[in-house]
Amino acid sequence: MKKNSYITIFIYFFILAMFPSKSFSASSENDLLKVKWSFLGITGKFDRGSLQRGYQVYQEVCSSCHSMKYLSYRNLGEKGGPEFTLDEVKAIASNFEVTDGPNSEGEMFTRPGRPSDHFVSPYPNVNASMAANGGAYPPDMSVLVKARPGGANYIYSVLMGYEDPPAGLVLDDGVYYNKYMIGNKIKMSKPLNEGLVEYSDGTQSTVDQMAKDVTTFLTWTAEPHLEARHKTGTKVIIYLIILATLVYFSMKRLWSRVDSEE
Amino acid sequence: MSETEYVPKSKAGKWFNDRLPLLSLGAHLSDYPTPKNLNYWWTFGGILTFCLITQIVTGIVLAMHYVAHADLAFESVEKIMRDVNYGWLIRYIHSNGASMFFLAVYIHIFRSLFYGSYKSPRELIWIIGMLIYILMMAAAFMGYVLPWGQMSFWGATVITNLFSAIPLVGESVVIWLWGGYSVDNPTLTRFFSLHYLIPFLILGLVVLHIWALHVPGNNNPVGIDIKKPSKDTVPFHPYITIKDIFALLMFMIIFAGFVFFSPNILGHSDNYIPANPMVTPAHIVPEWYLLPFYAILRAVPDKLGGVILMFGALFVLVILPWLDTNKVRSAIFRPIYRQFFWIFVIDVLALGYLGAMPAEGAYLLLARIATIYYFAHFVIILPVLGHIEKTDPLPLSISEPVLTGGLNPVATRSDKSFDEKK
Repeated sequence: MKKNSYITIFIYFFILAMFPSKSFSASSENDLLKVKWSFLGITGKFDRGSLQRGYQVYQEVCSSCHSMKYLSYRNLGEKGGPEFTLDEVKAIASNFEVTDGPNSEGEMFTRPGRPSDHFVSPYPNVNASMAANGGAYPPDMSVLVKARPGGANYIYSVLMGYEDPPAGLVLDDGVYYNKYMIGNKIKMSKPLNEGLVEYSDGTQSTVDQMAKDVTTFLTWTAEPHLEARHKTGTKVIIYLIILATLVYFSMKRLWSRVDSEE
Repeated sequence: MSETEYVPKSKAGKWFNDRLPLLSLGAHLSDYPTPKNLNYWWTFGGILTFCLITQIVTGIVLAMHYVAHADLAFESVEKIMRDVNYGWLIRYIHSNGASMFFLAVYIHIFRSLFYGSYKSPRELIWIIGMLIYILMMAAAFMGYVLPWGQMSFWGATVITNLFSAIPLVGESVVIWLWGGYSVDNPTLTRFFSLHYLIPFLILGLVVLHIWALHVPGNNNPVGIDIKKPSKDTVPFHPYITIKDIFALLMFMIIFAGFVFFSPNILGHSDNYIPANPMVTPAHIVPEWYLLPFYAILRAVPDKLGGVILMFGALFVLVILPWLDTNKVRSAIFRPIYRQFFWIFVIDVLALGYLGAMPAEGAYLLLARIATIYYFAHFVIILPVLGHIEKTDPLPLSISEPVLTGGLNPVATRSDKSFDEKK
């Protein structure tokens, strides 16, 4: 049969395979701010400094409302992450008060955090967080980047998208205008302001810098094994290509017996 | 079935084989005469076997770490992704594996449609294949529910609610399916149980599928019956095995591309939000491989009608061997069917696209047209073509693809030549 139709059907299937993920988010995704993140592409890696600064932004700004319950302090020292040293991780963890127990008297007690502890949540439960935030639930940030169409670009865009509302738009108390938020209304006030955090590595803490750093950090928390995945993937595909080449020539040789009979 | 009687060389082998002829089976599988003109569209059977085994193996490992409980499922999946050694790899292989499985099965099905592999004497292979396909959809749907994200929960709600369209007992059936009055923990645990069971049912059907295949032997691109073994055939091993392995490796490269470099592109971002019965997502959509059926379901204004049509879309596939009455198998020799085949491919792709779009306005109208065409293809076009289509002359054998006797009536009627060769 015609070689062309084979190729056509393959292309069709791939277009089909790509459609759903593209189409749902197309309306908003196209307009998002696009950043050339270091973690994109097949060799993409996180910028270590950015991850560490991003953690600082999360810790000093976001974490007063947003939990990150699937992470433990030990993760901050693991390979492929911010890679804080063990002592730094211990120091970070010990800054938090963790409820533990019950002890031998049956009482709950608090103690300083350890690297094995999960990130301490700002609120005891979802209802408490909603009550404290005008009825809006500040979503857990562990997998937030993967839970939004547009991913990292969306998070970054929302952080950068605070503007004065267009003339004529009246917003309720506690509701803010955001260019990139779906529906343009957001219950979180502008979280980042120039110089809000003081970076220890001397980086200027502009809004853009902080937004990029914290987005990088959130991408890592959503996908902590991204670097290992990219590395393994490259090896796997190189291996498969070499093997396929060998098999291809073996196949040609084998089939030449059949083809020569004709 | 067996071409030559196989006798094991060793004494022990003979002793064993006389009691359980596994070695004979192995010899049969190895010598199985296969048409030598099979193209790469025929490699997807092997690829699908690989997909099934991959899903079973990764699935069993995932089940060791997964917790089937409404309060813990989402967290346990995150644990797999974060803390289990290579858990991220196993889960991404499993979740993308489902998509790759369907990609391969759709190519396999369309190959059968193009080359008429469902026609006599291969109707049972086709029907068993369709049962496998239906079970695959059930398994995939239930598997998608297990992470207990927003799309899991709401997908399960939408699909199980379809059964409420059944007259009289619908509501009771839905409560029975749920194990309660809404999709909740009992629904999750039973879906997990069935999700673990179905792949093994599929495995059993795959054995029957291959068994039924080995009775008449493979169809081939020319679609004519061939003598086996003959100049037109090669032994399955090593000729077909190496070709299958090569094709499988190419397939694995694409598979690995998804797993390692865009593992979430085929999923929906809402499924990384934990299930919340109080918040409905803006668009509830199934995974891409179910979208054509979803489009058909929504194209009908009446709920029961939609459900009937959706299952009808599968039913016409099952009875296809009796709808397509033309005896010539391969579309290569059917100039009119060949055109309609490609229109049908486009129609199914269009349905898939429309299934992903909101059911309103022009999308809904197009979905209705595409749905009508889908059924027209099976119940009008194929039966009519069986009567009126003038097929091209068939070659007498694969080795003589260029026809010698141009208008030989025996050669153009493959059913007769089939009888003669018998």
